[in-house]
This record gives sequence, C-alpha cells and structure tokens, in this order.
Amino acid sequence: MSRVAVLKGGSSLERQVSLRSGARVEDALGRLGHECLPIDVGDDLIDRLRDEQPEIAFVALHGRDGEDGTVQELLEIVGLPYTGSGILACMRSIDKVLAKHLFVEANIPTPEFFAFTEAAFKTLGAADTLPAIEERLDFPIVVKPATGGSALGIKFAQAASDIPAALVAGFSYDSRVLLERHVRGRDLAVSIVEGADGPEALPIVEAVPRDENFYDFEARYEIGRTEFVCPAEVPEPVTRRAQQLALDVYRVLGLYGFARVDLMLEEDSECLYVLEANAIPGLTETSLLPQAGEAAGIGFDELVERILELAWARAQGELAL
Amino acid sequence: MTIDDRPPRSTSRDLERYAGLFASRTRVMKSSAMRDMMSITTRPEVISFAGGLPDTSTFPRETFAAITEHIAEESVARALQYGPTEGLPGTIECIREVMAAEDMRVDPEDICVTTGGQQVIDLVTKTLIDPGDVIVAEAPTYPGAVPTFASYEADVVHIEMDNDGMRVDLLEETLDRLDREGRRPKFIYTIPNFQNPGGVTMSLDRRRRLVEIAHQRELLVLEDNPYGLLRYEGTPQPTLRSLDGGVYVMYLGTFSKILSPGIRLGWVVAPPPVLEKINLGKQGADLCTSTLSQLMVEAYFQEARWRDYVETLSELYRARRDTMLDALAEHLPAQAEWTRPSGGLFIWATLPDYIDTTDLLARALRENVAFVPGAGAYLDDRGHSEMRLNFSASTEDEIREGVRRIGKVVEEQVALYGTLTGEERPKVRVRRAPVEAAEPPQPARVVPLPRRAQGGR
Repeated sequence: MSRVAVLKGGSSLERQVSLRSGARVEDALGRLGHECLPIDVGDDLIDRLRDEQPEIAFVALHGRDGEDGTVQELLEIVGLPYTGSGILACMRSIDKVLAKHLFVEANIPTPEFFAFTEAAFKTLGAADTLPAIEERLDFPIVVKPATGGSALGIKFAQAASDIPAALVAGFSYDSRVLLERHVRGRDLAVSIVEGADGPEALPIVEAVPRDENFYDFEARYEIGRTEFVCPAEVPEPVTRRAQQLALDVYRVLGLYGFARVDLMLEEDSECLYVLEANAIPGLTETSLLPQAGEAAGIGFDELVERILELAWARAQGELAL
Repeated sequence: MTIDDRPPRSTSRDLERYAGLFASRTRVMKSSAMRDMMSITTRPEVISFAGGLPDTSTFPRETFAAITEHIAEESVARALQYGPTEGLPGTIECIREVMAAEDMRVDPEDICVTTGGQQVIDLVTKTLIDPGDVIVAEAPTYPGAVPTFASYEADVVHIEMDNDGMRVDLLEETLDRLDREGRRPKFIYTIPNFQNPGGVTMSLDRRRRLVEIAHQRELLVLEDNPYGLLRYEGTPQPTLRSLDGGVYVMYLGTFSKILSPGIRLGWVVAPPPVLEKINLGKQGADLCTSTLSQLMVEAYFQEARWRDYVETLSELYRARRDTMLDALAEHLPAQAEWTRPSGGLFIWATLPDYIDTTDLLARALRENVAFVPGAGAYLDDRGHSEMRLNFSASTEDEIREGVRRIGKVVEEQVALYGTLTGEERPKVRVRRAPVEAAEPPQPARVVPLPRRAQGGR
C-alpha cells in the first residue's frame, strides 16, 4: 500500500477532463488498497506535498503545466516519484512541431507541415511565404496551435482567404502555430502501456463521427456525436503497421509508462500518418486508452496499478544509480 | 464495520449500455470543449464578465435577519410544508405588486409561481413544442434558453435585431416564408427590455406591431422580462402583456434580478387554457415552488421597501455600466462595435469577423479576464465574432482593468491580422462573407519551397 497524491485539475483548458481522469484514478487506487490524497493543483502544490508527505504522485493532469514537463520538473525538485513520462518526453510530445520534426528525422510518416511563431509574422515577413505553402499543402489545410490536446483552436482552412483568421485563432492558444496537410481518411488511436516485456501496443480505437460534417473536430470530443470502435475494423497488416509506428513514436519521444499516439489512415493511399502523441492521455470513462486496455483484457484497476509500479521501478532504478 | 457499496466508476462498456437507453433528444444536449473552458472563468483570479450575476453583496444583512425572524415567529410549519402548485396566495399578491410597478394589472388566478424564470421557459416549451416545431427567437437570444429549446428538439428560427430590438419587418418576412413552407411557429420568444445578451430595448412601435402580428396570425408570444425595473435612463415602455391584454402574450417575471437569484422564484402569467397545461407540467416537474422561498418574499415585502432596494441596485449598476462603456471606448479598437443598454446587466460587443471570440477567450483567460463567446447565444452557426459582457457583478475598478485586458488581446489580434493580410488596419468591418468574396491581398513574391527530406536534414 502506498500513500498516493493524485494530481488533477489545474488551470489548463483541459481542467474538466483532468478532474474526471483524476476521480477515476482515485477510485481505482482506493479499490487497490492505496491511500489517496487528491490534489487540485494550484499555487499551494508544493506546500501540500510537503505537509501531507505522499510517497508517490499519480499525475492525472492534461495540457499546460501537467503534460508539458512543468509539474514533472517540480516533482523531481522535491524528490517525489511520479507516474508517466519524464520532463524531456513531456516537452517533446506536448509540442507538436518539435514532435513532428523528430518524426521526420526518424522516418516516421507525418503529414507535411510548416510552423511559425507569431514573431515570424510580426518581424520577419513570414506572411510572404503563405502562398507557396498553400500551393504546396493544397486545401483544405489544417491550422492548429503547437500545443493543446482538445479541439480548441483547430481550424480547417478551405481557401486562402481562411488562412489569416485561422492563424489568428491558433495564436490565441500558443505563440506557435502549424499549417498541416489535411489527410482525409480514418481517425485511429493506438495506446501504449508498458508491461514486463517493455512497451505494449494495445488494440486500435477508431473514432467514427456520426455527423456528416467531416471537418467538425468538436464532434470527436462530444459524447454521442462520435462512435468509438475498438478494436478498429482495419486489415491486419494495417493494425500491425499502426502499432509498430506507435511504438516507434514512443521510443523516439522517450515516453514512459503509458501514452497514446494519434494517426490517420489515408483514404486514397491507405498510408498511415502520425499526427501527435499524448504523454498523459485521458483516463475518463470515454477516453481511448482505457477502452483499448479493456479490449486487451487489461481492466482500469490493473492499468492504474501497472502505471504506479512503473513509477516505483523508475524511482528505484534512479536510486540504484 | 461499514461496507462500501458505492458502485465502481463506470467503464466504457457501461457507458455504451447507458447510451443505448438515452432518449434521442439527449443527442443535442452537448458537452463541449467550450463548456470545459467556461469552467475556468470562475477561478478567483479571473475578472469575469461571463456570468449573469446580480450583485447580492449589497443586500442589507438586517433585512435578511428580519425576514428569517419573521418566518421563524409566524410560519415555521408552513415554511417547511408543501404548497399549492400555482403558488402561495401571499406570494401571488407580491407578484401583482411588482407587475403593477410596470403598469400591468393581472388576476391572481392567471399567475403561476415557478422555480425561477428558467422554469417558465422549460414549462412553456414543454407545453407547446413537439420535436421539429418552430420557435422564433431574437438573434442573439438568451444563452440559457438555448439548451432548453434544444432539449425539446425545437427548430429555432432567429430574427435579427437592431438598436430598436427585434426587426419586426424581418419577423413578418420569416413568418410568411414559414407559412409557404407549411411550418407554423408555436411561439415567439422575446426579451423586449435590455435584451440578454444584446442589451437593446424594443421600441414602442415594434411592440405594438409585434402584438398585432400575434393577434393576426394567432401566435403565442413569450415575453421574458427579468430586467424591466432595472432602468438607468429614459422612459419605460409598456410591456407586450399590457399592450395585448393577456390574449396571446405569456409573461415571464422573476425575483432574481430585483431581490435574489438564490431564492429561485419566478412566475408566469398566461391565458387560462395555456396556464392549465403549464400547471400540469409543473406538477410533473417539481409539484410546487419552494414554500420557504415564497414566504421569504412575502416577509420581505412586509419588512422592507422592495422598490428602494431596486433603486439602490439601479444606481450601482448604472455607474458600472457607464464605467464599462467608457472603458470600451478607451480600449477597444475602432473596428469593434457594442450596444449601449439603458438598463439590465449586459453589453453585446461585435468584433471584426476574423476574430473568433471562443479562441479569443482562451487568449483572454491567460490575462485572467473572461466573457461569454457569442456563439452560445445562437442555435445556428452565428455569433463567432461577438461577445457578451456583464457589468453588474464586477466593481468599477475590476471593470476598468478587465476591459483594458480584453482591449489588449483584441488589439493584438487586429494587428496580427493586419500583418498577415498586408492591410495594417482594415477600415470597414464586413459581415462574414462567402469564401470567394474575400480574396486576400496577394504578396508580390512567392518563395519556392524545397520538399523537406525524411530522415535527417
């Protein structure tokens, strides 16, 4: 039995999802016989960790601060073992631009993209490059902030005239925005959990929008508007390839414990493209990683216990060094 | 020893099982990323213009003590008991007094006391709307009515407003069109005074014409009037109810803005056959409105001068409105427009159409300031560049600082758009135009792009 601080909430735009993930983790920890210390993270985080003396932290935060390495850095400073990926892997995966550059370098297919800082437009005349980019990527072009895990700020530009407003929207969330070739096809997610034999790719979850509007990203995040199929009904070679790509991403980014990799299966070419990786994917009832775990026969409690054990193992490994 | 019999939190399979049992109308009840974002607006460090809250901090403690004392001495058993569905006679008398203050004379039997004004919207919709039936509403409309209309699967048709409220000429055109299509609206939903969220007030001519249209076409009107007594300047206009005499106009009133939203007390006045159905609907919903709340209102009307408190609130809100209008003039760029309400709680601002206010809210939250993005006030895909600003719930200092922060982020986005399009400052605000209509200025030079090589650079 351990005394586990469950870090959740915070002030990121994904606060609500994080509160739901955290509550579910707390229930599981209770059933597993651990002592639970729920913390809605705020400016008293360090005080509370010092006062309440947990032995380990379960990080159930999503988005800014929790998934970008900030909280992980603090936990390392106070010397508290924690679940999931370390600082560097968090920094690499929260930043879609950095992650995509790493994919390119490692020969992992990712939709072609171009990224800009706000400063590039303001002081370096980057707007002059837009026509060439538009010609190269072809419409529709996906415009999205470099960070952020929900649908917020993601726009589909159908024509050149949509690009400036889409960029303005993207810069509302981050100082960097990327323009990405739109891959028309099926929306797949491969979750990964580490076991005794290393990282294991779970069955694929496919998100199938119920609405006609293909470009409605919001639908993906609303219960009832998207149907999730697990295991996804794709040919066996595609499954194997998607799982292998996800494992490659996991390795390239240096992820640890668990993660989720989002891919597109292109309709025409049947090629797979990696969109992004999530270091702390959602753990709610409707989240994809727990669904994939169930499909693989790994119940939520077992998942939580595994993630916790891996955190202990890393801490002990570091002590041994 | 106790046994923990709480069920484990559901798995995704359980959710599927429940989902199979949900009514089809729950499909339109959305839980979106946007709603998650709104939850952050309540953080203490955020100056929030997002709520629709009256300022309850000014309510005199001694009055509150006198009210509870009054109930404790005279009516404990009644206060703790059920009451009649239509409401307590004493409360109905208080309602008649409030309505008389706006020149309306109503019979007690035409009134039903409800759990807040919101319940009136729910009960009227429940009474009148089958899936697919048309409700005509202003554009934008009260954001709190949107989920109610959606949950009864109403087809909401919006009518544009200008500074004189709902464009009644467009209403007639729309009704003709619906007529040709064989669709008959069941009711017209309107907030004629200091509209939420628009902040505008319907002119007398339009009120008269609206009532005429209702009579000619035998259409019901739901007049929602939460703010009528919170007037900061100008002459009060007659209510639709008083112009119509209670034939086609259903009237919604509430104590939320003149006393307290916490007591959850509103009312509806409707033609007897409609009221009878509303009453049956209310029996099914909650049997009766809180007796304790009703007795609090009765005691309040006996112990205090309710109109004095409304006057206190009006003075407070007038000053806050003026502060917000001044701050908007100082901090918002020339391309922005906003309404100048002569009462109520809200200002409605319209930004250049390339600014999406949902995204702007994400940016504004980093500056610890919040508002309601306009899209939530429409059932169709409109309002993306609009926002609602509440001025009643913040101090004048907070208003100045909050608007300064909003101005800063809007200014940033206007400048960025100018940089992106090569127009430093677009002079004229254009309404959302079709894609092909707005060709961006083409830069003279096109930079050729070498393809990025996979596997190292």
